[in-house]
Formats: sequence, structure tokens, C-alpha cells
Amino acid sequence: MKSYLKLAFKVLGRRKVFTFISLFGITMTLVVLVVATSIIDDTFEPRKPESRFDRVLTLSTVAMIGPSTTETMNPGFGLIHDYIYTLPGIEAASAFSEASPTVIYRNDGRAEAQLKRTDAAYWRILDFKFLQGRPFTADEEQRGALVAVITDGLRKRLFQNRPALGQSVEIDGRGFRIVGIVPDVPITRFAAWSDVWVPHTTERSSAYQHLFLGNYSALVLARTGNDLPRLQREFADRVKRMPISDPKTFTHIAAGLDTRFESYARDSSGNHAWQLRLLLGALAILFMSLPALNLITLNLSRILERASEIGVRKAFGASRRSLVAQFVFENVLLTLIGGAISFVVAAAVIAALNRADLVTNAQFELNLRVFGYGLAIAIFFGLFSGAYPAWRMARLQAVTALRGGAR
Amino acid sequence: MIRLENIDKVYRTERIETLALQNINLDVASGEFVSIMGPSGCGKSTLLNLIGLLDAPSSGKLSIDKQAVNGSDKALAKMRNEKLGFVFQSFHLVPDLTVADNVEIPLLYRSMPGSERRKLALAAIDAVGLSSRAQHFPTQLSGGQQQRVAIARAIVGKPRILLADEPTGNLDSQMGEEIMTILHDLNRNAGTTVVMVTHDERFAKRTDRIVRLFDGRQVA
Repeated sequence: MKSYLKLAFKVLGRRKVFTFISLFGITMTLVVLVVATSIIDDTFEPRKPESRFDRVLTLSTVAMIGPSTTETMNPGFGLIHDYIYTLPGIEAASAFSEASPTVIYRNDGRAEAQLKRTDAAYWRILDFKFLQGRPFTADEEQRGALVAVITDGLRKRLFQNRPALGQSVEIDGRGFRIVGIVPDVPITRFAAWSDVWVPHTTERSSAYQHLFLGNYSALVLARTGNDLPRLQREFADRVKRMPISDPKTFTHIAAGLDTRFESYARDSSGNHAWQLRLLLGALAILFMSLPALNLITLNLSRILERASEIGVRKAFGASRRSLVAQFVFENVLLTLIGGAISFVVAAAVIAALNRADLVTNAQFELNLRVFGYGLAIAIFFGLFSGAYPAWRMARLQAVTALRGGAR
Repeated sequence: MIRLENIDKVYRTERIETLALQNINLDVASGEFVSIMGPSGCGKSTLLNLIGLLDAPSSGKLSIDKQAVNGSDKALAKMRNEKLGFVFQSFHLVPDLTVADNVEIPLLYRSMPGSERRKLALAAIDAVGLSSRAQHFPTQLSGGQQQRVAIARAIVGKPRILLADEPTGNLDSQMGEEIMTILHDLNRNAGTTVVMVTHDERFAKRTDRIVRLFDGRQVA
């Protein structure tokens, strides 16, 4: 192992142009993969304020399907009230409206913001860290109290450095008292993302409470992650029993409680989580294959240059297996060096993405999980691009290799 | 020590079949120094490659130390490593490695600690008179010095058979003499069996026996 390492460093140091080209290709590929992994990780993995999402199911679309028409909408509050709040054996269930743009006034100042209407259970399911104050309570929800929770970003825009807690702001022509302030939420956290939250009961009309379709979504917090399949089955049974308001146009309803990942893979024909996984996997493999094939070609020509060395090693007792091990080792080492450089570059790219705020409030990070994925990708890449050229060269007859190349 | 019986070697391509060696029968005794001579293309190097297990005969039987040679890649590699040493006309030193690292190569495929490997390599380098060059790279050495490094590499594992393919072919006469002196010393003092391909009649005459080939046949 030590001699492989020594030789690998010597070879890389002496063949500077090849080393540079290879490292450049590996680094660029891995930077994109690591940044993409970081974004995917940020999107799909449980993270504050959605850190309980390993036992949360969501309902965000309902499709009314007929022979010639399909209508897909958000569920209405009425559907959530009748079919979600009543699910047995759950820890909590919540309804929240889609974030909608609104204008908030304070004295002579104003700020454009995203508003969500929700219930008190929302704050039990999502684990917001309150910088100041508290969430609104079940009592306030029931009473339709004019209270609001706002983000720190909105506080700064409305109040600059002055105290905001307990102050009043005007939303939709009415004065709301600020009872809590939470950190800004990334737009990728679709359930949590907003600038301001008020009780759903503050809507001017109560008609929304009876709507089957509307602009709400639901969260269900299971007691344990093991309960999720049972809840999904239970809700699927309930969907079959849902009445169809217009049976002439629609014949059945498609809706399901989804995990976070599944929610990205749902359309009117159902949930396609495994197809999405397959697609993401295929894209990753395709993306890695192109530079890997390029590297294989580079490696082949590099190893061909070393045909004489292979012949000598064979002549002095190297088996095919030990030669393959040597060349794969060299390649994995090269890839790991490329991996190390790519982590530094990826960290800089991620910092730049965060600074630019291209994805609202997102704070992508190179955490240990992302590092693990990146390392696995690097090793796979090294093995993949090193094994074939090494195997081909190790198969050469010693005498052919000593003559200087493949035949 | 080395026995070849009815050995043929045929090179086949899609169109042409070339008979490189035909019905070779040869016995080399332990401790013997044998030269193989003949015009270019007569099959000298092919014969040496077969004896060195670098290539496989098309038919016939080859045995070393009464052990028939027809094993797996791993078994052949082990035999090459333990019983054979090679010296090539064009040295075939690995340019990325120092003299000491080059000489260590045969020992990499044996189970031994690095310190022991290094000790044996330095002793072999010393035996060919290049102690002061152990940390140099091959390109920093003259042709004669490179061939001496190649000999050190060939003998570091203490093989009982040394196969030399025109070891003086790329050297001037003085350096050629130096290399031949080393080979004769190894043969006489260490009892190493040497089989050498050469074009040089002077060097061949100083060996125990000359095997002559012509058009792939053994003529003497």
C-alpha cells in the first residue's frame, strides 16, 4: 500500500499536464455534483423548521378526474377539516393556506410580504425557533384574534431596529398585533415558508371553511415514522368514499398523503416516487458517465505510455490482480485529491449562492451528510474510470507490454 | 533445471501464420551459462521469452526445476518472481522511480517489510557498484549504469535463473565488458544459471555453451 501510494504521488507529480487535465475534469464534475447534492439535501432532508418531517405527511393536491377533464387544485379547508383532522392515532394535524402576496402597512411605511393563514397545530408540527414572543394559540385561533407571527427579515423591513413585538401592523385593512418573531425561512421549505402567519379564522368570510377544493394544504404529524404507511392507507380509503360534487364531469378523485419526497413526485395520476428516484439516479449516473468516459480515454493513453512498466512488473512477478489494484489505487487517489479540491470550490460556490439569495432565504450547506455523499461519489468515480483501463492493460501479455503497447 | 521439449511457437493473425520456433528441444543444467545466437528474426528473443514465462508456447512442454509450466496467471507470476530474473537490452527501468525503488520492484510482490526490502535493494545496488547512485533517477545515469541497475533488479530476489536479452546490445564495448564481467561473476560465485541472447560472438564464446537458431530451428 505504501509503495502504491509513493508511486502514485511520483507518477502524478511527474506527469503534470495529465494530472492537471484530470484534476480539472474531476473537480468540475464533483463541484456540480456536490452543489447539486447540497441543494437536494436542503430540499428533501428534514431540517428546521421542518425537522420533524421524517414523521410528517402532507396533502397539497387533489385531482378531480373525469373521462375528458382533469382538474387539479389544492384541497379546501373543508376537506382537511372532515378527512384529515379526524384521522385516528395521529399526534397533530394542521391546515395552512398557500403563501400569497400581500402588502403590510405600519404607520407611513409599507412592505410587500408573503402571508399564510393557518391554525395553532401548525406551530406544534413545525419547530420554529422563536427569536421573540410566541406562536398564536388554539384559543386565539378559535376567536379569530387579530394576531400575527412575522419573520425577522420582515421585522427589519418594517421596524428597522425598533422593537416590533406587541406592535400593530395593518394587513388587509385590519390591525394585527405581532405576537412572535421567527427566523427567515427558505423558499424550499414549502410548508414553513412565509413572511407572516395569521390565524385562518381571520379570513373575512367563513365560506372557505366549507370548501372541498381551495388553496389550503395539510400536515399530519404521526406519532412515529412507522405509522406513516398506515395513515396513507387510511386516507386512501377515505378518498374512495369522498363524494363527487359533479359526477357528470368527474368519475373519481385522486389524492394522497405524501412524505416530503413523494410530494414532489405526485401528479393527477398518482404518486411516482420511485420513478423520480430513478430519474434522479439516472441523471446523476449520466452526468458522471460523460467525464468518466473522458477520463477512461485519458487513463488508457496514460497507461499505454506505461506499457513498458507493466511489462517489467509482470516479468518480475506482478499478477493481473496486483496490477489492476495498483492502477485503480492511483486513479482513486487522483480522484480523492480532485474530491478534496472540489469540496473547497463547492464550499465557495455554495457561499456565493447563499450570498446572492438566488433561492429565497436558502442557506445551503456542506454538512457531514453532503460530505459523505461527495466522498462516495468521488470513490465511485475513481473506481469507474480507473478499473477498465487497468483491467485492459493488466490483460496484456508481458512480452507485448515490454514491446511498448497494446496489440 | 530448464527443459524444453518439442516447443513450437506460432504467431497468428487473420491472414498470416508465422512459425517463430519449431521443434525446439533444449536442456539447461543448473549453474550453466548458455548463449543463444542467430541472425535477427530467427526466434532468439521468442525462445528467451518462453523460458521466462513472458509468453506461452503454441505446443510442446516447458518445465523449470522439473515443474511443468502451465498454471494460472497467479502461479506463473509467482514462478517468475521467485525463480527468474530478467535483464533486457533496453534496460526497461521505470523512469518515475529512483534506482533503489526500481531495484525493489521484484520484492514488492513478496511478503516482506519495507525496511527489509530496502536493505536487500541497497545490497544488490552495492553488488553492481552503484551505491552512490541509489537515489538517482534512471535518466541521470549512463547506459552502462542503467544496465547495472537492471542487473541489480534482476538479482535482488536471488533467482536461480537469470535471463538476459542482448544485455550489451545498447552499450559500447567497454561497458559491455563490464556487464559481462558482472554476469560471469554471478554465474561463478552465486551459482546462478544464465541464459543470454547475444549477437556478439566474443561474449558468446566465453559462455559454457552456444545454442544456435536459424529460421526458428535449432541448428546447434
